[in-house]
Amino acid sequence: MNLSAIDPLLLLASLMVAATPILLAAIGELVVERAGVLNLGVEGMMIAGAVTGFVAATTTGSPWLGFLAAAGGGAALSLVFGLLTQFLLSNQVATGLALTLFGLGLSALMGQGYVGIKAPAFPDWHIPLLSDIPVIGPIVFQHDPMVYVGLLIVLAVWLFLKFTQAGLVLRAVGENHDAAHALGYHVRRVRLLAILFGGACAGLGGAYLSLVRVPQWTEGMTAGAGWIALAIVVFASWKPERLVLGAYLFGGVTVLQLNLQAAGVAVPVEILSMSPYLATIAVLVIMSAGRAPGSLGRIFHAAR
Amino acid sequence: MIALEKRPQPSKTWVYLAPLLAVALTMIVGGVLFAALGKNPFSVISAIFYEPLFGEFSFYYRPQILVKAAPLILIAIGLSFGFRAGVWNIGAEGQYIVGAITGAAVGLALYPAETRLIFPLMVVAGALGGWAWGMIPGLLKVKFGANEILVSLMLVYVAERLVASMALGLLRSPEGRGFPGSRNLSQWASSANPELMAGTGVHWGVVAALIAVIFAYITLSRHIFGFHVRLTGQSPRAARFAGVNPGRMVLACMGISGALAGLAGLFEVTGPSGQITIDFNVGYGFTAIIVAFLGRLHPLGILLAGVLLALTYIGGEIAQSNLGLPGAAVQLLQGMLLFFLLAVDVMTNYRPAIGKREVA
Repeated sequence: MNLSAIDPLLLLASLMVAATPILLAAIGELVVERAGVLNLGVEGMMIAGAVTGFVAATTTGSPWLGFLAAAGGGAALSLVFGLLTQFLLSNQVATGLALTLFGLGLSALMGQGYVGIKAPAFPDWHIPLLSDIPVIGPIVFQHDPMVYVGLLIVLAVWLFLKFTQAGLVLRAVGENHDAAHALGYHVRRVRLLAILFGGACAGLGGAYLSLVRVPQWTEGMTAGAGWIALAIVVFASWKPERLVLGAYLFGGVTVLQLNLQAAGVAVPVEILSMSPYLATIAVLVIMSAGRAPGSLGRIFHAAR
Repeated sequence: MIALEKRPQPSKTWVYLAPLLAVALTMIVGGVLFAALGKNPFSVISAIFYEPLFGEFSFYYRPQILVKAAPLILIAIGLSFGFRAGVWNIGAEGQYIVGAITGAAVGLALYPAETRLIFPLMVVAGALGGWAWGMIPGLLKVKFGANEILVSLMLVYVAERLVASMALGLLRSPEGRGFPGSRNLSQWASSANPELMAGTGVHWGVVAALIAVIFAYITLSRHIFGFHVRLTGQSPRAARFAGVNPGRMVLACMGISGALAGLAGLFEVTGPSGQITIDFNVGYGFTAIIVAFLGRLHPLGILLAGVLLALTYIGGEIAQSNLGLPGAAVQLLQGMLLFFLLAVDVMTNYRPAIGKREVA
């Protein structure tokens, strides 16, 4: 065992990269849940985004187009969920599970010819001036652009929910859909838009895995990241600012266990690789006090 | 515009019609998809849904259907209790794995004793293992309010890593020349789960699945516990007034589904799969969710749905080897089936009111 091989600077820097896919997927799901919809299909949308992003990026050679396609792919899959739950009034838990199973199958089918190919390079940004700051520079300001895009989306969602009229409507729909309906808000339209946003974000998160983090396509590569994103939303008590903390804590656990594996700690690899999942369970146990949006998961049917 | 009007009572016709319609729609849309993949849709659909039952080699495939249907039915019966009561155990795959591990561990601890008493002991250990793994999300929900959906699912990933570590470490066969995987349990007379009647595919898992169906049917229709399960699902508030303890209901549902999933795992690892390997599990725990819904959470429905989904597994293998259909296509088909069922199911609880102005 050689713990001194672990460089704390490198650890902190890779933490941001490890947290980004979860952060992207979780911020989308946060908006969906604030609108009162529980979409358990994050894992399916993520893997769909991972494969569409990878296919688009390798055929066009542009990672940016890959991310765009991934957002589209995730949103397309979420549209199925939206139509089923909002217009055909299906059970959200069951539909979300169906979405995950369907997404896993679809992605495996789509990605068949792409196993073993390397994704086009997605170079890191060296943000001028900021990245030259000692210690903090290499940790925070020398990543690929999507790390910052993710943080910007979180910031935008926070501003949207807290300071805009539309954000208020979205929260109202999520807290009490009957009252929102009585006030003349379009419950289904708001929810459908939120679901699409959630799908697009999950797609981005998935593509981040296949284009940057791994960067390859393998079947079932999300390995529960979508479910962990769902847990992070609970951990954050449905607040965007706490979401970042949750995702980074989780990224920390992941990176630390990978580093411990590399350092050859006397614990079997299989046991170490359980730790992100065990950490998620611990998070769910400790942070179950948060209040969920009032209408979360309930079917909206306007009788009048 | 077409508006939806809530039916005062769920439609009896649509309860039965919806699954059939969903299967038909899946075949049609699946056919279009296979055509897009450059396959002849009719031969693929017939390979999946017809050939295993009535084709030239059906004498070989029919027993295989039972072998695959048994774990699906066993797990889905357990899940149906929870799903009816609003307890969402979706980690059956993990409970299945842990049941297989504990059952196999008990058997291997007694190796190479030659007594048939070992097998029942393993069955009990398998059920207990699955039960214990299911109780973790149950207890965490009751004591700490942790979401059982997420916890049970996380435990699937933990179980997958646990089985890998077992196959490489504690349970590795000392005669395996260093290869991962336990001793072959199906070749050791004391632990084998053999075919009971030659050529039928019936092993102890099939028997257990049938017993579970009958047991569930009686419990749900005749026993007070079944009544409480149904009541909790339809109206949690009414159930509380009727004296149902919600925490105990969660534990009971998680326990039943965990134990049955553990049993399914044990029968699989002593029979068809034969040994604990890194990836002996093939996703029955997830497919069983589709089986439970397609069977309308009713024991007899689950029996039929289990056979149907087993058919898609076998048929998918036929289409894979004969027509070059990608293996993932079957998984896609299964997901699609659940989608269509959920979509068509709107007619069970609502009816279209044509001409009324749409609100919302």
